[in-house]
Amino acid sequence: MIAILDYGVGNLFSLRSSLQQLGLQAVVTADAAAIRAADRLILPGVGAFGDAMAKLTATGLVPVLKDQAEQKPLLGICLGMQLLFEKSYEYGEHAGLGFIKGEVCPLGPDLADKSLKVPQMGWNALHIVKDDPLFRYIREGEYVYYVHSYYGKNCTESTLAVSDYSIPVTGAVRAGRVYGTQFHPEKSGDTGLRILKAFSEL
Amino acid sequence: MITKRIIPCLDVRDGRVVKGTNFEGIKDVADPVEMARLYNAAGADELVFYDITASFEGRALFTDILTRVAGEIFIPLTVGGGINTLEDFDRVLKCGADKVSVNSGALKDPGLIPAAAQRYGDQCVVLSADVKRVNGQFRVFAKGGREDTGRDALDWISWCAAHGAGEICLNSIDTDGVRNGFDLEMLDAVAARVNIPIIASGGAGKKEDFLELFHHKGIDAGLAAGIFHQKLLGIRELKEYLNANGVEMRL
Repeated sequence: MIAILDYGVGNLFSLRSSLQQLGLQAVVTADAAAIRAADRLILPGVGAFGDAMAKLTATGLVPVLKDQAEQKPLLGICLGMQLLFEKSYEYGEHAGLGFIKGEVCPLGPDLADKSLKVPQMGWNALHIVKDDPLFRYIREGEYVYYVHSYYGKNCTESTLAVSDYSIPVTGAVRAGRVYGTQFHPEKSGDTGLRILKAFSEL
Repeated sequence: MITKRIIPCLDVRDGRVVKGTNFEGIKDVADPVEMARLYNAAGADELVFYDITASFEGRALFTDILTRVAGEIFIPLTVGGGINTLEDFDRVLKCGADKVSVNSGALKDPGLIPAAAQRYGDQCVVLSADVKRVNGQFRVFAKGGREDTGRDALDWISWCAAHGAGEICLNSIDTDGVRNGFDLEMLDAVAARVNIPIIASGGAGKKEDFLELFHHKGIDAGLAAGIFHQKLLGIRELKEYLNANGVEMRL
């Protein structure tokens, strides 16, 4: 059973459907007991960092998450990945969950090619930096779908994969059993489904 | 690097896909769910569904189709048609849409753009604009291209981009259905004014039209309907052609 953390942000329809398509059991929940009983966790997220972190904190699930992440695989998606970092500079400075060493910074000022648009919206090739069981079913260079204006920075030791947006943009990270993808596997077609399948087998 | 996107558009009325020429003479083409599967398998980067139904029954049918498509196709889905309120955003997002396209609804109530962006994020709000030349000016049209609003299109689009629209779908009424190429002059004018992704719509007739389109700076995606529906151009064939000619594509 996969527990998708429900803390009031984002649209979980596609995530639920894609797990269902893979024949995986999933529950959308904010219940600590259900999270403890699950064998893996997904932390979704869309919107602004500060607001999402405040909502997550308000559910009282942060200590549960910190404890459970040591015992079972956790996958943060998009803003959910960013929340795994130590801090973010999106509209001020906000503390994150601190699983991944590094910070979340605005993409625009760091781009080498200033004519590129922010948000990065669309399909980009995923370049594997460090081989990992998460990539068991994909090849180097497959395309994944991104929508984001901020990105994970100074996280070299955790970086598993990057995409080129005139600079290498953090695509996937890992620290212990905690994983994160900046792209949306549930929106990345067959490639995304294969990544979710690999996560379900970690 | 980020790829250019190829987007088939499905206009749905009473549960069926239709496509008009110059917004008139609509004829039935196929079943939307079946078509979505075919396009997904062919490598479409995104799908756009427009609900052009007027009836209550047709609207319920559309929501049902959307739920079925979103339940099995995992690429971005944009939904438009009849989006006038935040409740309309909510209705289609709950059925699995990722982005919502607003057109006449925003012209009636421009506040809908910032309100939707605030609630769902800029990335969710697509401004769809039907634009036509009138007395040497780009004018925005409402009601499916039937009504001249008198508004300057470039000012309108810039305003929306500054107030929460995350993407623009620019449909040239002048070139729509003519199949003689995209309206590059109009697209260039818009690209010079905004820095959010631009989807070009109206006028695609052959693969060379897309190649020419993507040589223009600031255009992120090409959208078409009839040429794909009538199998005059295959999506995979188009993407392979573009890729071979130096335009990065997801293949």
